[in-house]
Amino acid sequence: MDSMLTASISGWWQDFQGDLILNFLVDKRYLFLVNGLKITIQVSVFAILLGMLLGFTLAFFKLSPIKPLQAFASAYINVIRGTPVVTQLLIIYFVIFGSVNISKVLVAVIAFGINSGAYVAEIVRGGILSVDRGQTEAGRSLGLSYKQTMTHIVIPQAVKNIFPALVNEFIVLLKETAIVGYIALEDLTKGADIIRSRTYDPTMPLLSAAIIYFVLTTALSKGMSVIERRLRKGDQN
Amino acid sequence: MIKINNLHKRFDDLAVLKGINEQVHPGEVVAVIGPSGSGKSTFLRCINLLEVPQEGEILIEGLSITDPKQDINKLRQKVGMVFQQFNLFPHLSVMENITLAPVIAKKMDKKAAETIAFQLLDKVGLRDKANSYPNQLSGGQKQRIAIARALAMEPDIMLFDEPTSALDPEMVGEVLEVIKQLALEGMTMVIVTHEMGFAREVASRVLFMDEGLVVEQGVPAQLFGQPQEARTKAFLSKVLK
Repeated sequence: MDSMLTASISGWWQDFQGDLILNFLVDKRYLFLVNGLKITIQVSVFAILLGMLLGFTLAFFKLSPIKPLQAFASAYINVIRGTPVVTQLLIIYFVIFGSVNISKVLVAVIAFGINSGAYVAEIVRGGILSVDRGQTEAGRSLGLSYKQTMTHIVIPQAVKNIFPALVNEFIVLLKETAIVGYIALEDLTKGADIIRSRTYDPTMPLLSAAIIYFVLTTALSKGMSVIERRLRKGDQN
Repeated sequence: MIKINNLHKRFDDLAVLKGINEQVHPGEVVAVIGPSGSGKSTFLRCINLLEVPQEGEILIEGLSITDPKQDINKLRQKVGMVFQQFNLFPHLSVMENITLAPVIAKKMDKKAAETIAFQLLDKVGLRDKANSYPNQLSGGQKQRIAIARALAMEPDIMLFDEPTSALDPEMVGEVLEVIKQLALEGMTMVIVTHEMGFAREVASRVLFMDEGLVVEQGVPAQLFGQPQEARTKAFLSKVLK
């Protein structure tokens, strides 16, 4: 009985080692994951930066008293949130940049940045509205302009309030970039899929990709909780 | 000097101010009293345009603040305001709360602003709180810092919107003491208050407002001692025991 168990465990272990070697070491296939991860991170980081830039701008458009700016921001947000991000990515790649030779990474950054901008805009708008009106009034009554009051008083407090939501948006974005394979960009998911197509073993490469995503998103949300707790300690008022 | 002509303010269909004509002379301390909903706070908030009136004119040192061509930020620097809810900036230290506006709006040198801030902290008795944050202060301390913050812009006029209404009773005295000190120094002030004893003691003139109008006004001894209007009498009989 005992020897049978030992034999089956050692047999499984040998298969596992064989799979590992086949999927990751032969032809340096692990490089598909490493390079894919680099692309995933590159696209996510630059897209969230672009998304924040667009999001903050759109939020101010939406809060501004100028009607055309409001209308533009609302239309932007509605269209982006009302259509799938895959479709947006394909349109930007094949329609907008269809006839130009442009880096796929850049296309992905633009597509996800534009998409994320709509979501960030709503987060930022909510954050600004959540700051007590008395703060704006105090700033204005001291003779600060609207812009100075925003920059020095409202936005610093709003950013503190929306920080968790922004990190969350980044986590969502990071996972959504897994669809860039649609424009044949080799990110983490596509990299894993390429290994699968070479080794005919779907389990190990795809599970590995999933584990890497999971580790990244977990680290991000844990890091966020730590920073959030530190921010909260400073102020209740 | 503040000159107010025919001031009207409506919120949607609700008329809050129905034609106010007033003047506040340099060095005057004007207390505004009246039942809640009488428009006292709205009146005060119109003076620095936190509320924009639909009709009428407000002149500060001869300049119309209701004129859209006026630089409202410059004018507001001359008019300090203290709020019921303090409205200190929670993300900034006490020192930063006080120096922010002088440095940003007046382009004052940071060192110079800090020197002024320390003088003001001495005045309100809170020098040792310079590096504290608002959430580390009591209500009375917050309000004294708020007063120092407004004074840092070196205003000609100070507006107080029920400065002690959000305070625990034992902290009212320390705030009133600071305001009294300012009165003695000759600061021009308009104070909306429910503290009748304080109004009587510190004000040079008292306005009684009801239903969007100034019903009666006079020196404290007269207004509190021999009110002429029925509404004033009714109000005072309720608030003075």
